[in-house]
Amino acid sequence: MTALSLGAAAPAAEEPIKIGVIGEESAVAGASITKAAQMAADDINAHGGVNGRNVEVVIYDDHSSASDAVRAFQRAVNEDKVSAVVGSYISEVALALEPWSARLHMPFITPGAASTEISRQVHDNYDQYKYTFHGWLTSAFIAQSVCDFQHDMLVGPYHVKSTVVVSEDAAWTKPLDDRYLDCLPKAGIKVLDHVRFNPDTTDFTPIFNKIEGEHPDIITTGISHVGVQPTVQWHDQHVPIAMAGQSSQATTSTFWKDTNGAAEGVITATAAAPGVALGPTTIAFTNAYIKRFGDSPSYDGYSTYDEIHVIADAIKRAGGTDPDKVVAEMEKTDYQGTLGRIKFYGKNDQYTHAIEYGPGLVTGCFIQWQNGKQVTIWPHDKANGKIEFPSFITSPR
Amino acid sequence: MTALQILIDGFVISSLYALAAVGFTLMFGVSGVLNLAHGAIMVVAALVGWWAAGQLGLGVYAGTAIGILAGLLAAYLTYFIVVRPIQRSRKIPREETEIFVLTGTLLWGIMLQGGLAYLFSDNPITMRPLIGGITTIGGVRVPWNEIMIAAVSWVVIGLLWLLINRTPAGKAMLAASMNPRGLTLLGFDLSRIYLLVWTIYGVLAGTAGVLLASFLGVSTANTGQLTASAFSIVVVGGLGSVSGSLVAAFIVGYLETATAYLVNPTLRPIPALVLLVLVVYFRPQGLLGRR
Repeated sequence: MTALSLGAAAPAAEEPIKIGVIGEESAVAGASITKAAQMAADDINAHGGVNGRNVEVVIYDDHSSASDAVRAFQRAVNEDKVSAVVGSYISEVALALEPWSARLHMPFITPGAASTEISRQVHDNYDQYKYTFHGWLTSAFIAQSVCDFQHDMLVGPYHVKSTVVVSEDAAWTKPLDDRYLDCLPKAGIKVLDHVRFNPDTTDFTPIFNKIEGEHPDIITTGISHVGVQPTVQWHDQHVPIAMAGQSSQATTSTFWKDTNGAAEGVITATAAAPGVALGPTTIAFTNAYIKRFGDSPSYDGYSTYDEIHVIADAIKRAGGTDPDKVVAEMEKTDYQGTLGRIKFYGKNDQYTHAIEYGPGLVTGCFIQWQNGKQVTIWPHDKANGKIEFPSFITSPR
Repeated sequence: MTALQILIDGFVISSLYALAAVGFTLMFGVSGVLNLAHGAIMVVAALVGWWAAGQLGLGVYAGTAIGILAGLLAAYLTYFIVVRPIQRSRKIPREETEIFVLTGTLLWGIMLQGGLAYLFSDNPITMRPLIGGITTIGGVRVPWNEIMIAAVSWVVIGLLWLLINRTPAGKAMLAASMNPRGLTLLGFDLSRIYLLVWTIYGVLAGTAGVLLASFLGVSTANTGQLTASAFSIVVVGGLGSVSGSLVAAFIVGYLETATAYLVNPTLRPIPALVLLVLVVYFRPQGLLGRR
């Protein structure tokens, strides 16, 4: 485990406010977290810091391991004396950190995990677990957005009537699939089959073969740990059915290179896309990120950037880093960021401390890979292109 | 239809398994080395090939060549940095050499994996197919690239057979696998034979790694699994038996493919592992093993 202290030139003489950031440098989504956090801290410090104090991010690498993440969390709190922690895009890891956030009274936001369990714990044991915030859409809302998208864009214009749901077996996809099976029929799409597969799968041919035999109009995906291999095999084997759903790895620009362009035609939900102003800072942030790091941020890069600001603002309003006061202020968050307008659900809502989903708040958007670019195709008011499928796709047409 | 699909897919994956495993078993047969860095060496070839082809923009053919060279280089490094010093050490008792080699290559493989993950991330990569396009065999869609992979695997295995059985160097290698002491008494330099084995091994592992990258894709997280699969094939076939490994590669390849299609893709590796346990129980020398 490595800890790096990265602070900008200090305008302030006082001790910096430290925020722990737990990511994973060797995974695309994990590296977006730490990079975006650095950018947020630099921006905050360039604008005078927080109450005259600089923000310093302390970075840890959890290698996508829950036990490494817990050790990083303990070290951040006990040795590095951070005032809040932003960490992980993996639900299993975020769920392992949640009790430590409760035990150590440490405000904690996960910018990328999706399991509904995270906010359910806060809801069920509020006094204990109130220190945890879920800074990304819950799986249920991701699935809902997929249903909304398919209803708007595929059912009418493309006469899509049936689908097969394909998800990797992981904590985040359980609530995702539950909602898929509930909301797809309501959107007018019959679910012909529901396939869950091991994330260690390397040969997807049998899975595609089975799905093709069931003749769905579209494949609805729920994948994050895998992405490159199923996409390339889908393309190389000319599987004639389009894929649309959540494909987290397809949210970053490196995906095009990693798949040698096999991503062409893939549709995924994502936080935000280059060139699309979901919030006031989306475009400026995306451009600055690409300029600094070469590639566009993964979905959790956007959320991390916003959430460092959310924490900084809460500390500013709380007048210090007392955890209970910071949590009380974070609950009052109403922040216009790269994702849109960020608010958290309250104590009595079903998804306590999760990001509020809906028009005018955070909806994410849907992109399709076309000629090496992410073209935004939903929601209507943000779209900058139309759906186009590669020539080997015969369904939908 | 499914039967034909299993037949074709199974053949491609089995051919690739065979290619990856023959070098591994040849090395054990000739020099007694079980190289647990095997998967890491395959992944080195795959990643360097991908990097040269795509990131450096050299194209897929140059990338393939560079990838195979990288596999060879990684094999040489394994030999000269890890294996040879252990084999030559006077401080290690002779009967413990194999255990030290096993441990040394295991740790070396982990180091390679860590270094590769640092340089390339643990995101899976796939090389562009050497040949694009799709053909239909009896109603089953088959990418030309898969046919090419099976063909290349068999050509390389055929060349290996010729090398072993038709050239003096190959015959010396074969002799070394049967009686190394007798060979030294005849005046052969064993270390040159070992170097030849490592060269052949490096080319085979490198080729298998690059082909795998263009077929299913490869990630640094796969190194352990690749070593384990070569290891199982070699144990089922009989340690050191090249023909046994070929037979075992096809048994394992078809068992996996049939399981994935007919039962569940998640259970894919299980029957082959059960077979491995059964072989170890009832025929520990392997299907075609001598010992």
